[in-house]
Amino acid sequence: MPEMTYRDALNLALKEEMRRDPSVVMWGEDVALYEGSFKVTRGLLAEFGEMRVKDTPISENTIVVRPIAELMTVNFALLAMDQIVNHMTKIRYMFGGQVNLPMVIRAPGGGGSQLAAQHSQSLETFFMHAPGMYVAVPATPADAKGLLKTAIRDNNPVMFLEHELLYNSKGEVPADPEFTLPLGKCDVKREGKDVTIVAYSRMTVLSLMAAAELEKEGISCEVVDLRTLSPLDTETFTASAKKCGRAVVVEECWHTCGLGAEIASRIYENCFDSLHAPVQRVSGLDVPMPYSRKLEKLCIPQVEDIVKAVKETLAAKY
Amino acid sequence: MESKLRAILPDHDLLKMYEQMVLCREFEESCAEQYTKGHITGFLHLYSGQEAVAVGATHALHKDDYVVSAYREHAQAIVRGADPKRVMAELFGKATGICKGKGGSMHLFDPDLSFMGGYAIVGGQFPIACGLAFASKFRQEGRVTACFFGDGAVNQGNFHEGLNWARLWELPVLYVCENNFYGIGTEVHRASALPDIHKRTCGYDIPSEQVDGMDAPAVYQAVKHAAEWVREHSSPYLIEAITYRFRGHSMADPGKYRSAAEVELWKERDPIPNFGKRLIEEGIVAAGRLKEMQVETQAVVKEAVRFAEESPWPEDAEVFNDIFV
Repeated sequence: MPEMTYRDALNLALKEEMRRDPSVVMWGEDVALYEGSFKVTRGLLAEFGEMRVKDTPISENTIVVRPIAELMTVNFALLAMDQIVNHMTKIRYMFGGQVNLPMVIRAPGGGGSQLAAQHSQSLETFFMHAPGMYVAVPATPADAKGLLKTAIRDNNPVMFLEHELLYNSKGEVPADPEFTLPLGKCDVKREGKDVTIVAYSRMTVLSLMAAAELEKEGISCEVVDLRTLSPLDTETFTASAKKCGRAVVVEECWHTCGLGAEIASRIYENCFDSLHAPVQRVSGLDVPMPYSRKLEKLCIPQVEDIVKAVKETLAAKY
Repeated sequence: MESKLRAILPDHDLLKMYEQMVLCREFEESCAEQYTKGHITGFLHLYSGQEAVAVGATHALHKDDYVVSAYREHAQAIVRGADPKRVMAELFGKATGICKGKGGSMHLFDPDLSFMGGYAIVGGQFPIACGLAFASKFRQEGRVTACFFGDGAVNQGNFHEGLNWARLWELPVLYVCENNFYGIGTEVHRASALPDIHKRTCGYDIPSEQVDGMDAPAVYQAVKHAAEWVREHSSPYLIEAITYRFRGHSMADPGKYRSAAEVELWKERDPIPNFGKRLIEEGIVAAGRLKEMQVETQAVVKEAVRFAEESPWPEDAEVFNDIFV
């Protein structure tokens, strides 16, 4: 399998799907001539032309109308929440199923680049909360490609959340242009027996690093990558938690009402009798993101935080 | 002397427009009664007084032109061809409703009629209008998107984003502002720095005009001209129709912010009897026939109520349907 970056895998998915289906269009701020703020749309204008690859005004409310829209960052999705939540997720339902919305909104996000409070948010829980859209959160280049292709082909609206710090990460990606991954299925990225770590997006990458460190101390972690937050594959992560009897949830978003609370709740509902210890949560701090590198690091879960949580759950007993 | 109305449209079309206006009025007044009886619940925004806009404008559109609107849209859907029975059933929340009872008064929709929805977030239809117009342009279908909205919507960011977008990408959107002077209880000059709404397109280089929204043939003429311009140039146009709603904002609003004298003044301009009078004066129809038409439409509305009453409620399992494909 060829190795490529998360960015190039996304770029390839876009190109393959636009070649496959002439009705797919790509819109966004600076996506055409400038080739995207994060260069995910490189080469699209040249190949597909101005009718299909269009630069939009800075009008987040209105970008959200056609198949693939790139929001420059997920932070600007808050300007488009009216179109996303009040319209996109409801149009099919409130009109009695008479219309489909085959659209994808791609949005880079996450913290860790010292972009301060308004450009470092992890808003995944916001989208997961509203029924009527799927939410994809790929962690690896292969997942990015396979999930994006499925999202483009799917007839439902998909929020596709990319992590800004993963764009340069490398991994093997299947070359088959028909390679796709299902929405709504977790991926066990590492098998283990002592503790289940449930994570997504960049937190999966950090969790795998934590698991590798813990292995040196003889602790065996199973890392379950959610891959999509909606639909949520409860079956896979609860089966893992049942097997290990201990679980840690890692979330980059804020702790209060964060998606980790939902995951923990589902583990309790399904695995109560199998648990040897309370579910631990490793979360972003409940503060607006500070600019200073030293402070920012405190706000985002780090590998050592995950290692610590795993050890605590092993020490804890009901 | 030649008939003024006949210079605009043939007799058949004029009478059809009149009949539709009466049907809309009878439908809305029946809705008020059904609301009082508790058969219709939730928000109910009635169109009485504004019929000339929906009827005149819709008559000037092609069958496959898109229409999007806000939450005061019963008349627009019915004039577009929606079955009054299924609209009434929707308002009753019944399974036979136009959206299976899931949308209600504010969310009528029928893709077969290119009626692309009533939206209840003020200004929410502006981005959707751009999307539909882009789709038409992208697929080279030559369809105009008629986007109806009220005077209250023009101070939403969506209005300005939409106008800029439509002009920038040369999208065939026909904006139809129904200026009834009140956003709920706030008069237009208390909410808009420039209350002459048609003038607000100058910043986007979009042509616009004002029309008497109590005069159906006048609305028809203006929209006909504008829609053809939009189709020919593939570029937006805005019409501001000056109109008035005879009832409050919704059934929950007694409308105390308007004086009785003001309302009476506008009722003298009621678009239905005034249009009827002209039809009789110009020898297009006999008074007796207009009376018959009213009785006939009353029967249609009565049948719609009966249908809604007798229709079944949705099955419980329906609650989970239609979220995803």
